[in-house]
This record gives sequence, C-alpha cells and structure tokens, in this order.
Amino acid sequence: MDSSTRERRIAEHKKRVNLIFKKCVWDDFLDRALEMSPEDMLEKVKESGLRGRGGAGFPTWLKWKFAREAEADEKYVICNADEGEPGTFKDRAILQEQAGKVLPGMLVCAKVIGAEKGFIYLRGEYAYLLPALSQEVENFNEKIREKGERFSIEIKLGSGAYVCGEETALIESLEGNRGEPRNKPPFPVSEGYLGKPTVVHNVETLVYASIIISEGPECFKSLGTSDSAGAKVFCISGDTDLDEGIYELEMGMTIKEFVELFSDGDIKAVQVGGASGHCVPRKKFADTIIGFEGVPTGGSMVLFNSSRSMYNVLHNYLEFFEEESCGQCTPCRIGCQQLLKGIEAVKSGEKPSEYLDDLVKLAGMMKISAKCGLGQSAANPFISIVEHFREEIMY
Amino acid sequence: MTQKQLRIKINGDTYLMYEGQSVLEACRSAGINIPNLCYLEGVSRRASCGICVVEIEGARTLVRSCVTPIREGIEIFTNTGRVRKARHTNIKLLLANHPRNCLECDKNRQCELQKLSDDLDVRDTSYPKIRKKHYDIDASSPSLTRDHEKCILCARCVEVCSQVQSVDAIEIAERGMEAHVSTFFNKGLDASECVNCGQCLLVCPTGALMAKHETGSVWKAIDEPGRHVVVQAAPAIRAAIGEEFGFEAGMPLTGTLAAALRKMGFDRVFDTQFTADLTIIEEGNELISRIKNKGVLPLITSCSPGWIRFAETFFPKLLPNLSTCKSPQQMFGTLAKTYYAEKMNIDPSKITVVSVMPCTAKKFEARRPEMNSAAEYWRNKGRRLPGGTRDVDSVITTRELADMIRESGIDFARLTGEKFDEPFGISTGAGTIFGATGGVMEAALRTAYAELTGKSLKDLNLKAVRGMGGVREASVDINGLTLKVAVAHGLKNAREVMEQVSKGKSPYHFIEIMTCPGGCIGGGGQPVPATTDVREKRIKAVYSEDESMPLRESHKNPAVIALYDEFLKEPLSGVSHSMLHTEYSRRDLYPGI
Ligand SMILES: Cc1cc2nc3c(=O)[nH]c(=O)nc-3n(C[C@H](O)[C@H](O)[C@H](O)COP(=O)(O)O)c2cc1C
Ligand code: SF4
Ligand code: SF4
Ligand code: SF4
Ligand code: SF4
Ligand code: FES
Repeated sequence: MDSSTRERRIAEHKKRVNLIFKKCVWDDFLDRALEMSPEDMLEKVKESGLRGRGGAGFPTWLKWKFAREAEADEKYVICNADEGEPGTFKDRAILQEQAGKVLPGMLVCAKVIGAEKGFIYLRGEYAYLLPALSQEVENFNEKIREKGERFSIEIKLGSGAYVCGEETALIESLEGNRGEPRNKPPFPVSEGYLGKPTVVHNVETLVYASIIISEGPECFKSLGTSDSAGAKVFCISGDTDLDEGIYELEMGMTIKEFVELFSDGDIKAVQVGGASGHCVPRKKFADTIIGFEGVPTGGSMVLFNSSRSMYNVLHNYLEFFEEESCGQCTPCRIGCQQLLKGIEAVKSGEKPSEYLDDLVKLAGMMKISAKCGLGQSAANPFISIVEHFREEIMY
Repeated sequence: MTQKQLRIKINGDTYLMYEGQSVLEACRSAGINIPNLCYLEGVSRRASCGICVVEIEGARTLVRSCVTPIREGIEIFTNTGRVRKARHTNIKLLLANHPRNCLECDKNRQCELQKLSDDLDVRDTSYPKIRKKHYDIDASSPSLTRDHEKCILCARCVEVCSQVQSVDAIEIAERGMEAHVSTFFNKGLDASECVNCGQCLLVCPTGALMAKHETGSVWKAIDEPGRHVVVQAAPAIRAAIGEEFGFEAGMPLTGTLAAALRKMGFDRVFDTQFTADLTIIEEGNELISRIKNKGVLPLITSCSPGWIRFAETFFPKLLPNLSTCKSPQQMFGTLAKTYYAEKMNIDPSKITVVSVMPCTAKKFEARRPEMNSAAEYWRNKGRRLPGGTRDVDSVITTRELADMIRESGIDFARLTGEKFDEPFGISTGAGTIFGATGGVMEAALRTAYAELTGKSLKDLNLKAVRGMGGVREASVDINGLTLKVAVAHGLKNAREVMEQVSKGKSPYHFIEIMTCPGGCIGGGGQPVPATTDVREKRIKAVYSEDESMPLRESHKNPAVIALYDEFLKEPLSGVSHSMLHTEYSRRDLYPGI
C-alpha cells in the first residue's frame, strides 16, 4: 500500500472509532451518572463487555462485583498510571488530554463498589503532569463535594520501578513500603490498600467505563469481537514511518491488517504488548488476532524491519527484566539472569545451541512458578523469539 | 467455637480439613510433606523460594502451598511432573549462584539447602554462576558474620528481626540481581540497631549467617603451658547440648557436660549457675531496697545482654529502671580473676576465663569496655594486669562447644556424669531455671519471699510465671505487700512492656525480660533447629532439673554464703558494687553514622 492510501485508511478508522479522544463536556455526565443506581452502572459495564486495559484483561464488571460484595468499612479505587511497560505511552496522553474522563470513571467505580477515596498512582517520570492534573483533580473534588457526594481523589507519585505497576506492589508502594508484589490470594478486591477491598484499574479502562456509563454500552460493544469488545489505544513504535504513535483502534484486527496500516511492508516481526508480550513473526501475521483471543496487549506494538537483530531485541528485553525484577522470588530473580547469560553464552559459542532448549524449559518454569506477572511474563518474549528466530540467537 | 471443616482432595484422595489451614499444612496433616525453604511458621510468609509449589486444579500457574489457604472443594496435586520439575529448577537456580563449598561451611550437615537438594535428588547444577555485584562478608559484629554469597534471600532473618524482635536492623535492599540483605545505611551489622541476639542466625536455612567462632583462642589457651584455664557453663547449655549428639530435645545432661569439659582439658570446670544464685541475692536485695527506699520502679532484670543493648538503643530514658547487677557470666569472670585467684593463690594474669553460653550476644557483652572489673580490682591493690585483660576472655556457644567435643574425640553419649569443681560448682534449682523464660523471676521471688518473711514459699513452683505466653504477669503477697511482677521474652513482647513503662502506666514492681523466645534455652548460640516445640522441651528439662536439686533457693547456696563471708561481706556492699554491678549508657540508633 502506498502511504497516501494508508493515511486515508487510518483517517477512516479514526472517524469510526473515536471514543477516548473525542471532545465533550463532562458536567452533565456527572449529573447523569449520579442519578443512576450502582446496580444499573454495574449492569451497563457488564453489558459492554469491557475488560481491563492494563494487560491481563480481567472483566471489569466482575472486579467491581467482587469488591462491591466484599464487606468492609472502607474501600478504595486506584487509577494505575504507572505506565512502565516499555513501548507504552498512551496513559500519559490520556491523562494530558482527557483527565476529565478518567476522574468520572473513578467516581463510577467508587459508586458501584462503595468507596469514598480514590488514588491516582502516577509514574514518577510523569511528575511534569502534576500541575495540570492536580488542578483538574482539585476542581473535580470540589464539584463532587458540591453535589453532596462523599468521594475524593488524591494523586500519589510512584517510585520509579516497573514492578510497582503490578497492582499489589503498587498498593505496597502506596502504603509506604518497598514495592514488592504480595501473595495472591487474597486479591486486592478483598484485601487491598490497608487491607481493605480495592479496585485497581488502568487509566484507559476508567475512561471507557466513563464513556459506557455516559453513552451507553452499545457504543463500545458494537466495536471489536465477542472476546475483545470495544476499542483500545495502541502505542506504535519501532520501524514505522508514521510519527504520531498513539491510535485508538478497534479490537480484533489481525497483525497483518495492523502492519499494513502502520508500515511500508518490510516488517519481520511485531512485539505485541511490550517487553512482557509476545513476538509474532511475519509468517503468523495473517492468522494472529490482536486481542484476548489472540495476543493481548496493554497497548504497546513495536515493529521490527528486516534490518533488526532479534538477538539484540531479546537481549534488551532480558536486561530490562533482570534489572526490574523486584528480586523477591527465585524463578524470576535468578531465572532472568540465567536467560540473559544463557543467550550470551550460546551466541559466543560458550554453550551449544541445544542449550537454548534448556533455557526454553527454564522460561516455561518461570511462567508457572514466578510469583507475579513480571517473572511469569518475562518468559513470553524469550519463548516466542527463540522459537521463531533461533538462528539469529545462535549466530 | 468449632472450626469449620472443608472437604478437599489431595492427589485424588478426599480429606476433611479445617478452614484457615494452608495447603502446606493440610497436606502435612494428610501425611504428605511438601518441601519448603523460605516459609517460617508464624513468622515469615514471604513465599520467595518457590520450592513449595503444588498444582491446583483449574489454576494457570503452580501455587505456593505455604501461603495459599485451602477452600472447599480444592483439588491439590503435590507430586506431578510439573511440580517436581519446578522444584528442581528452583533449587538449581539457587545453587547456580551459590558457593557450594559445604566442606568449609559452618552449616555443613545442618544446612536446609543442602538437605533439600539431596532430598529432591538434585544432582546436576548446570546453570552457570552469575554474580554481577560482589558484597563483602560482613564481619563487623562481635557475634555474627554475614556471607552474602550463601544467602538465598529467603528473608527469614529479616522477618525474625522484625516480627519477633521488633529490632528491624536488617532489610532487603535494592532490586533484581542486586537485591541483598542490608542494614539501613549498609554499614555493617555492628553499626546498626542489631542487638546481637542471633535469632536470625537460628532460622537461616544456609550458612549465610554464622556465629563468630572463638574455638581457636580457647584451644590456644588450653594448650599454653602454665595457663590456668577455667570454664563456666551457663544453665541453658545442659538442656540442649544433647541435641548435638543425637539425644532427644529436652534431655538435661548436667553431669555429662561437666565430664566432657574436664576431658577437653580445662583446668577447672565451673557452673554459671553459681553466679546465677549470686545474681539473685544481689538483685533480690536491690528490689527490696528500691521498694523500701522508694527507688526507681519497676526494677527490670539485666542478665540478657541483647535486651540491654535493646534498652540502651530504644529506651534510653528507662535505663535507671534496669538492675545494676551484671549478668551471671560477667559476675563469674570478675570473681574468677579476683576472689578465686586470691583464694587459690594463682597469678590472675595466668588465668583465662572461658564461657560456654547459649547466646551470641554474650560475645558482645564480654567485649563491653566496662567489663574489666578484675583489672580495676588489682590496680587498686597496686598490680597491673596486662593491657587488654578482660573479665571473660572467650565466649563460645553451645554449637561451638559441640564442635570442640567432637574434635576432642570424646564420645559424649558414653560419658559418665561428673560434678562441677568447687568453689563455683555448687548451685541451686533457682540458678538452673535462669535458662527458661520466667526463671529469673521465679528464683528472685523465692529468695525475696524468704528475705522478707523469714520463711520459704509454701510451694516453690511459681507456675504463674512459667509458660510460653509472650507477656505473663503474677502477683505475690509478701507480708501484706502485693508484689506485682511481669515476664516478657522475645523483644517484641519486651517492647510492649517497655512502652507501658515509658508511659508511666506500668503496674509492676519487677519485670523479667529475656531477649530470646523461651529465654536462654532459645538463644542464638543453641543447636538448630530451635522450633517452638524444641524450645518447650528444653524448658521442661530445665524445670525437671530444678525439682531434682536438693537446694532450690539461691540464698541457701552454701558456696554463695561462704563467698559473702570471705569476700563480699553483704549484698549491695561496697565490694559487691565494684565487683558485681555495672552501668549502662544510651546508644545512638545508628551508632556508626
Ligand atoms: C510487572 C507488571 C507491571 C504492570 N504495570 C502496569 C502498569 O504500568 N499499568 C497498568 O495499568 N497495569 C499494570 N500492570 C497490571 C496491573 O497489575 C493490573 O492488572 C491492572 O492495573 C489492572 O487494571 P485493569 O483491570 O484496568 O487492566 C502490571 C502488571 C505487572 C505484572
Ligand atoms: S516474579 Fe519477579 S517481580 Fe514478581 S515477585 Fe517474583 S521476583 Fe518480584
Ligand atoms: S550454605 Fe549449605 S549448601 Fe551452601 S556451602 Fe554451606 S552447607 Fe553447603
Ligand atoms: S542478631 Fe538479632 S537484632 Fe541482630 S540482625 Fe539478627 S535478629 Fe536482628
Ligand atoms: S541470610 Fe539466611 S535467613 Fe537471611 S535471607 Fe539470607 S539465607 Fe535467608
Ligand atoms: S516455602 Fe513456600 S515459597 Fe518458599
């Protein structure tokens, strides 16, 4: 496809899918939301098919239901704006441009579960967003107070570790402790912040929740597939010739469709979902769906053209994990080191190429015995890149 | 309230188990042992090692059985291929970065990592060694050494220091491959709040934490011609030493211990229980005097050096509450180089005092600068002892003693019991129970009662102060005075009691505090494992020993009476003060900074 056709197609797509970044007025939305019963709100979110946009894709309504049913004197809503996944930069844009939609999403969730306090856990590197965001939060709190609601939001600055985006580590960090993932169960919906039921959501999930409540579930549900309803914000980087990196796209496209839109065609692999995601090779582009039924993504899509060394790509990811592992558990702390050291050893000839098979087994073990999502998903890029680009790792 | 029962399945068989049990506990009740490495019952739930994993029907990943509660209908599989492989992999990962020099290691044959890799039949350690950052061995503390290379980051030590001792001297610092156990300013243990208790060392599954060894200097003294080496053995040793030689926990072996010490070559074999009796006389009189003269109350015991350091660090304002009595170990050291030297006509500079203690903090105590009263005594008499003379020269732990006994080729189990030597070999049951939490209190009450009423307690067994409750209290009526007392063991419990004293709300006259859970029998120098069950058995041994003694009240100890006659004159006399009492000073929270 030539670039003008591609630009036209993207523009068409944008016209059809435009929920997050559409300008709108939020005052009357608040009134509408406050009239609605929590049961109605929960029902609407359930109907929409919304699943978490932070990566794992847990059905949003179910989280709310669990937290709603948990008995406690206090409950909390947390907006996860830690955005630490390499290649992800959409939450920043959303907070910058559409904070007005994030905050009502927190209110809606709070109303459903019965919380009176919300936190935005903002990535340390995004401190520069603070002045504007604080102003927005202050206005919002004021407005809510005027309407006689007991809910307020507070912003907390993160401590700069990737693992603090994991919801239980985030909660530990909020409580002033070292940001280490907790044992699960108990899950945050029953024992979260200060041991109270807590719902943690990605920024984007909260915006869609707002939209679903304000405009009805249909606008969301009509997009996407049955497993992956709605749209999602993607962050496109790597070998793309388009400079704008953030697009709201319908869920359920194939990688082939995606690559055709965003590149000139010379793409040998796409890393879907950032460092913790899967690497999809060209031969699988056509039959791989971007979504929960295929390869899920928190937003990051990195394109690699034929000049890229997949060894270097994997090496970078493994260095990232080795450094960002909280160091708590054996499989992740030492496993990540061994994977990194292992590919170096194979590359240098210190270890035979069959050693890669041992390492794939090790990665498989990390996937099922690491304590949190970090160590479990460090195996994803490893297994997929070694499977599809074995020669590049060896020579 | 009856506990709810849950129907669960383990490896296909159905069981009824109690709600609240973990998968690990439930499996254990069903007779299936799940290997585990980082879990520490009641203390640590960090679930870091990943060894205890099992499969749960329907779960995507394996599950850590130590921290996962059972639920109705749960189906557990403990022995699948995936489970075995995961355990193997995790052990192999731990071993990859591990020095594996078991032969040179203090934990050899008692190491949980070593045992586990054998139990799980891990024979190959194919992953290469990777250590990006090297951390030097921390040998700054007089009590213990930390070798980061052997640390598997189970965090048991961190949890014990925090949950049991409330000292929080150590934490896990940094992330990923650089994670390591560190003090707050990473300056070494001696420059931290550490109180030298060694509870961390007792729970360390590997050789990463080791007691400082002093066996070399002890052998050297024994071997030196003309040196008169005396040894004292603390009350708690006899209740635990047998565990090192295959005896069941809870077997008191007093006579065997004395025989072994004599065979090792010590010139005189003495009993710290003698100075324990002496401590009771001094401390009992201190209590009576403080009550009569409206002195600072509550009076708090001072024989546990970890507790002293804790008080100096965290409760400096309350130092006047501490008894000024030295610990039995230090009273012994002083007397050995003064009274004993004179009595036996031995040159004090030729005497070496060795202590066998259940405690790593005793090593620290012996090095406290003020613990050299003997030198002071002789200086006043116009004699200078060689520079650096200490009242106590070397302190070895129960474990070190066992090493030395083995090295001597002594068949401990076959020894016939012998007696301790005079004059410091005679003791009472009151001295014996010093080894258990509540023992000092009970011993003091026996004597205080007799001092004030002129007759012995009707029942010498003061059951109210015994047991394993964290804080126990009792009151005793003595001639119209209701004496209120409390006992705490483990520094977290001590902190609770001290906070009450701080607020001026303490109702007690007298408080006993022991640094270690269970008292000295659970000290950081004792054999491992030192589980609660083992500690309870040792306590039982202590009380049965007490009951079997002909004398059970300190003031009836004839050797103590003779000591007062010949040397000290009377309790709290001038000589007593300069020989047997001491003082304390505030410590900065971060002494090295
Ligand atoms: C290592 C790690 C890092 C994570 N980082 C983030 C993050 O930066 N932002 C985020 O929303 N979710 C992150 N998550 C996912 C969260 O744990 C959690 O699932 C998510 O915030 C839930 O929100 P959702 O229901 O809206 O998806 C991370 C998970 C892991 C394991
Ligand atoms: S998997 Fe990694 S990040 Fe997660 S708890 Fe274990 S060491 Fe920490
Ligand atoms: S810690 Fe254990 S495994 Fe390691 S060297 Fe010592 S005895 Fe061997
Ligand atoms: S010796 Fe005691 S105080 Fe010191 S680190 Fe160990 S547990 Fe903590
Ligand atoms: S020093 Fe011992 S107890 Fe502490 S974390 Fe290391 S291995 Fe565990
Ligand atoms: S014993 Fe359960 S994770 Fe270590």
